[in-house]
Amino acid sequence: MILRLIERTGVFLVSLAVSSVLVFAFMAVLPGDPARVALGVNASDQAVAELRQQFGLDRPLPTQYFDWLGGLLHGDLGTSYVSKVAIGPQVFDRLQVTLWLVVAGMIIALVIAVPAGTVMAARHRKVSGLALSAVSQVGVAVPAFLAGILLIVVFAVKLGWLPANGWTPPAQDPGMFLKQLILPALSLGLVQGAVLTRYVRSAVLDVLREDYLRTARAKGLRPFQALWRHGLRNAAVPVVTVLGLQLATLLIGAVVVERVFVIPGLGSLLLDGVSNRDLLLVQDVVMVLVLAVLLVNFIVDVLYVALDPRLRTAS
Amino acid sequence: MKSSFRIRAVAFLASAAVLALTACSAGSSTSGGGSGSSPGGDQKLSVGLVAEPASLDFTTTDGAAIPQALLGNVYETLVKQDDSGKIVPSLAKSWTVSPDRKTYTFDLVDNAKFTNGKQFTANDAVFSINRVKTAWTISLKAAMDVVASAKALSPTQLQVTLAKPSNDWLFRMTTRIGAMFSESGVSALATDPVGTGPFKFSKWNRGDSIVMVRNDDYWGSKPFFQQITLKYFKDATALNNALLTGTINVIGTVQAPEALSQFTSNDKYQVIEGTTNGEVLLSFNNSRPVFKDLRTRQAIRMAIDHKALLDTCWAGRGKLIGSMVPPTDPWYEDLTGVAPYDLAKAKSLLQASGAAGKTLRLRLPTLPYATSCGQVVKSMLEQAGLKVQIDQLEFPAAWLTTVFKNADYDMSIIAHVEPRDLGAVFNAKYYTRYDDPTLQGYLAAADSGDEAAQVDNMKKAARRLSEQAAGDWLFLLPNLIVADKNIKGLPTNAITENFDLSKLAR
Repeated sequence: MILRLIERTGVFLVSLAVSSVLVFAFMAVLPGDPARVALGVNASDQAVAELRQQFGLDRPLPTQYFDWLGGLLHGDLGTSYVSKVAIGPQVFDRLQVTLWLVVAGMIIALVIAVPAGTVMAARHRKVSGLALSAVSQVGVAVPAFLAGILLIVVFAVKLGWLPANGWTPPAQDPGMFLKQLILPALSLGLVQGAVLTRYVRSAVLDVLREDYLRTARAKGLRPFQALWRHGLRNAAVPVVTVLGLQLATLLIGAVVVERVFVIPGLGSLLLDGVSNRDLLLVQDVVMVLVLAVLLVNFIVDVLYVALDPRLRTAS
Repeated sequence: MKSSFRIRAVAFLASAAVLALTACSAGSSTSGGGSGSSPGGDQKLSVGLVAEPASLDFTTTDGAAIPQALLGNVYETLVKQDDSGKIVPSLAKSWTVSPDRKTYTFDLVDNAKFTNGKQFTANDAVFSINRVKTAWTISLKAAMDVVASAKALSPTQLQVTLAKPSNDWLFRMTTRIGAMFSESGVSALATDPVGTGPFKFSKWNRGDSIVMVRNDDYWGSKPFFQQITLKYFKDATALNNALLTGTINVIGTVQAPEALSQFTSNDKYQVIEGTTNGEVLLSFNNSRPVFKDLRTRQAIRMAIDHKALLDTCWAGRGKLIGSMVPPTDPWYEDLTGVAPYDLAKAKSLLQASGAAGKTLRLRLPTLPYATSCGQVVKSMLEQAGLKVQIDQLEFPAAWLTTVFKNADYDMSIIAHVEPRDLGAVFNAKYYTRYDDPTLQGYLAAADSGDEAAQVDNMKKAARRLSEQAAGDWLFLLPNLIVADKNIKGLPTNAITENFDLSKLAR
């Protein structure tokens, strides 16, 4: 098990290093000069050159890369080209907003997927199971931003139950925070829930076909009892894997949903950064997203081992 | 004259200036529903814009969003423009111009105070004017190059001497270049602006909003609202939804005119339509051989049915102008008749110039009006016998580098939103690459002459551009505001750099 942990840690670190190079290289080839965007359309070439020097953009690329990487390792994300404000605190503030969305979306997805998927599997030959299955197929086909737009039209514009957009920090006004969180979290959660339902269904179906479940039924347990006591933990292994992948999708989905709901999270920071050619900021935000995704995958790998005793001995 | 007509000219404002006012509950208002000048107790309002400023310091960061929020509201200028485009007093009660038109003497108000408590005096004006040359970095600062000296004759009298006569200088003093700063208030411009205006800067929630509160020590008539929040929406639909759900009360400049019907058909809202300074220009790269021939340029203008184009791509909202002058400038003339729509003539002109069948590259910025009008322009020009290849460039970054800086294009579409930008846009160094000594002669005469000479020469300049077909003016962007019925004091025209919050009332 320790060997496996070391192996996973190694993979995690190497992936991180490779992605930092990729992210940096991608920014370097992006057309558009940050200094020119900052100075506006009439800026003289001399002024642009001066600002490039001030930003450090005139240095060789490897120097810029290692400078950036060195800063990251010390927890210094640098200073924004455009706002001239330290990037670290901004990213941290925005990350908190985005995490609320991701966590709330994940909870909604789980609350939907686990019962629905289990019911679908247990009744996969009955009308109720098939109907649920059809609904989840529709959910899979709808992207989160479209779900968001539809939710806004129905619950905000037509019915007027909830605000159409905006964000209030929970500390400032918990009531308003919840009201504004519901629709974006739902648009993420419903879609992810639909996807997850499919996986829960097939995982439970697989488990239902296992011999030990038949044995449990044979000793007199009712189908749901047998599933509850013996099946769910086994079904959890593939579901946790998907959950990890989905967290990553959720994070990216949040970037788009933030735009639809006018939420000042990491996604809007990223989009602003791209259009202002605030390259350092973009690099940092993308790196934080990459780190989050890799970290989730790493944790899933570790969880895997914890959930499935067979994996502990196999290595 | 290049230096005095040097103007930033891109469509930040057009893509940007969506304003909306949010009425956060009025609370216990003490004087609800007063007239525009009487303060409305503790009533609050929230104003949403599309482009959030990157910084609050317009002396070093370009872009329309900063002056739109701060100028006239937090900072004031000596003179300002009223809604009809006239230059009127602000911090200067009155001014005189010497017979040689080089010396301006301003009588300043004696009761204006900065929000840091300091009295506004002529010394602050001298400091602010000189500081443009020394500390500002944005290219607009060139408008102050013509100033030879500024001195305080007394605490309320300022004398500015120009190196040569320039009508344009006084006009530029109505823009951000003329903002008055306190010597002790410029240490943190990017985060803590200090001015004499009717509002004080209070808080900035990055990525979301800027909060301003009424300046209760304001020397002029105090604004109605106690607090105004500027809220930023990137997405036109989100902005519309915010108005429809009552989160906001006004959309300042509508981004999608085709979506207006949901408001015009509802009697809860008022729709205001006026003019702007935003000329939507189909620009030609005049340095390209194909555009050297006047007949080709004229043919393109005549091949475009401007009325049909406006109806198709901007829902018929806007004004056809025919040259680079908006109706609020004193030298405006309707020049749409110079090159009227005439497909047959366009075809024969193209045949004659040999341009027929040639492929032109129309490189569009990713802005709503450019994308939608670009398709219409393409189909109209192809009917006349040209081939048009469209490609889209991300705005601002990619478009700025490719079209604006490198002039690697044949045609483009962009709204030039700066005021009085005719001379800036049409010169050999600008991306239009339009080299015309006759035009430069008119502009120089306009800048140095008296008022009558200025109007006369500017008219000649505008006509020259139109006749020479230096570009084609598709239309003038409209100022479209949607608001709750009960909001008063909204500007009809959007011709200044700022959105005046001080006149808003309920």
